[in-house]
Amino acid sequence: MEIKKTAVAGTLESSDCMVTVEPADKGLQLELESAVIRQYGRQIRKVALETLKRLGVRKGRVSIVDKGALDCTIKARVECAVMRAAEHEGRINWGGMIR
Amino acid sequence: MNNPNKYRLRRTMMFLNCQKPSLIKDPYVYKPDSIMLDLEDAVAEREKDAARYSLYHALQEIDYRGVERVVRINGLDTNLWREDVRCAVAGGCDSIRIPKTENADDVRTVEYAIAEAEREFSRPEGSVLIMAALESARGVINAMSICDSSERLFGIALSGGDYSKDLQVSISGTGVEFMGARQHMVIAARAAKVQCFDTVWTNLDDMEGFRREVEIIHSMGFDGKSIVNPRQIPVVHEIYTPKEKDVIFAEKVIKEIDTKKAQGIGVFTVDGKMIDIAFYDGAKRTIALAKASGVYKGDL
Repeated sequence: MEIKKTAVAGTLESSDCMVTVEPADKGLQLELESAVIRQYGRQIRKVALETLKRLGVRKGRVSIVDKGALDCTIKARVECAVMRAAEHEGRINWGGMIR
Repeated sequence: MNNPNKYRLRRTMMFLNCQKPSLIKDPYVYKPDSIMLDLEDAVAEREKDAARYSLYHALQEIDYRGVERVVRINGLDTNLWREDVRCAVAGGCDSIRIPKTENADDVRTVEYAIAEAEREFSRPEGSVLIMAALESARGVINAMSICDSSERLFGIALSGGDYSKDLQVSISGTGVEFMGARQHMVIAARAAKVQCFDTVWTNLDDMEGFRREVEIIHSMGFDGKSIVNPRQIPVVHEIYTPKEKDVIFAEKVIKEIDTKKAQGIGVFTVDGKMIDIAFYDGAKRTIALAKASGVYKGDL
């Protein structure tokens, strides 16, 4: 999936995270900010990178500001930001690309 | 189609905005019978897509511990509802609530989309149930045909906000403006052997008014009430839990009717009250509700 424009999903409310996705010339960069980065930073990165891989994102800058989000919320926000950035419209591949 | 969840206990159905992770992550701690994961009115227009991704993963990954997961889709007058249905069915929801249901065709339209989604996502046919929210005078008038519209339909719900607008009245807090709709809907639901649910009470500062309203709708025959705050749940459950004396009486009625029937006796007395077969189903319902509420440990 190609990142065509900057897009944001999520909020800075408790139990949520804000994900920003921006186009980049090469590679995938992931930045993470979280109050629980020592305990859960590795897990949050893992979930985000797996989600980006499933979505086929090979190039882009992704920034996550975590406010105590569960894994399911991190996936949902990354997916939403990527889909917006890729200007995806139409049916969603639930259970396939989105799972 | 025989879905064992069709007649499950639904005293409380708590609305939760799918856009808010803090709301949908652990509502089971409040022990509602059902949760209503909302993709419709609570979700801002520009966040409809975000709400769907949250819904899908919440359904897939959060253990709601036996609480029924109903999804309120967007209205049939939008271009959102078909994808809402695919998302909810793919995620594994138990039921779908149709907002602004006007007639039986609305239910059948959604039923067709659900069946398609069940096939697409390899879910058993008939595993997803339907409830219909009646939000207009026309919808209420058509309650009977809506109740009869689909084997998947487990119940109808009054949606008071939109209904009062359509009726051109304001919500008084006394319930007088809903009297006709409530009575009509309960009768239609009972005739079709489906459940009936009352509208939300939004004044959270008036818990006495809330209690009065729950007592009224309970005595009218409603199966439960829509809830907007966890504080409302224990009040509804308390009012809907059969009292000990009613459970004891119901148990006696069932046992006596079974015994007397075998002896060829049709009419007799229990605790000084005349009893015949007409009391049987009511007594059975009391015991079933007592069991479901965890207050009956007998052998019936």
